[in-house]
Amino acid sequence: MTDQAIKTGSASVECPVFENPAFTLPKSLQDATVAIVTSASLHHETDDDFAPVDTGYRILHSDRQDIVVGHWSPNFDASGVSADLNVVFPIDRLKELEKRGTIGRVSEVHLAYAGNQFDLAGIRMDGGPSGADFLLRNEVDVVLLTPV
Amino acid sequence: MTLGSIKEQLYGTAPPRGLFCDFPLGRPLGKPEDPDYQHSVLEHALRLLEAKEPTIEDFQDRIEDNTSDLLMCTLPPRHDPNAHPAIDEARGLRAAYDRAVKNYGNRAGAVRHVDADTIPDAIEAFIRVSEGVPWKEAGIPGVPARASQDIRGYYEMAAMEIAGHTPAAWAGYRWFRDQTKTGEVIKQAQQAIKASGAKQPIWQFLLPLDASQ
Repeated sequence: MTDQAIKTGSASVECPVFENPAFTLPKSLQDATVAIVTSASLHHETDDDFAPVDTGYRILHSDRQDIVVGHWSPNFDASGVSADLNVVFPIDRLKELEKRGTIGRVSEVHLAYAGNQFDLAGIRMDGGPSGADFLLRNEVDVVLLTPV
Repeated sequence: MTLGSIKEQLYGTAPPRGLFCDFPLGRPLGKPEDPDYQHSVLEHALRLLEAKEPTIEDFQDRIEDNTSDLLMCTLPPRHDPNAHPAIDEARGLRAAYDRAVKNYGNRAGAVRHVDADTIPDAIEAFIRVSEGVPWKEAGIPGVPARASQDIRGYYEMAAMEIAGHTPAAWAGYRWFRDQTKTGEVIKQAQQAIKASGAKQPIWQFLLPLDASQ
């Protein structure tokens, strides 16, 4: 099976060990601003594509529909996101949750990173903290990470 | 909170809050075009915010990559007997591809190195590689893996339109890889580049990992 073959191969990729994961108690969800951070390598059509080795992020705006997948890895099914952006970037679902009062607000800005990473140092030391800082400056309280 | 589809990676990275969702790669929210299902995933994920310490849970449902989920997609009949079958096939899919883009947008189709107009030229380059031309001299547009992904995206978009539904995860890829002339060309080109001694990323990423195992 395609999926299992890739997952088995990926499972052996060494992950950095985080002894003390960052953990905070957020404000009430009904008052929280929620953002999506995805590794689906999404970007707006007018923004730079992801490079083969890219530890940076792209900003995705809630109100823009022009999103493309810039992933360098072929090891995922792309037909799902072709049909429905929400299967990797559930922006419409979050807007529905905002309307229902389940969450306080959908952030106007979200982030996308490249899912294909070879050396995690760049993400850990640069792109990751920079993105987190950006979201904090935009008053994001809760982040949903979607992996691709 | 983090969704994760590879259990070892989710546990290994130890997020503050994690939800293991045993879904096919590329579909972290489970099912495209199914808002209720996506909401059920989000509901579980958001519930993790109530945890007072780091926690990882399993989502209750599992979506398997079922190889018996075949994509039934009729390929266009031969039109130009003088053209290579793969090129003739790609040209025959253009109308379906254009309709798919109109219906769905073009998030993951032919959009990066190769646009829809130059898909036949890109395929021709891979034909040359499969016939023995060194890959660096074959005229592949840009990075071979990116060109191959654009070709695959073109085919999968067209197939979605012809089939009339979004296929099960990986069904479109397996249809492209095993049922199409161009899929055959890409597989042969991959083998040729590998045999030439090129670095692994050059040939391995032409197709998903299982194609070269």
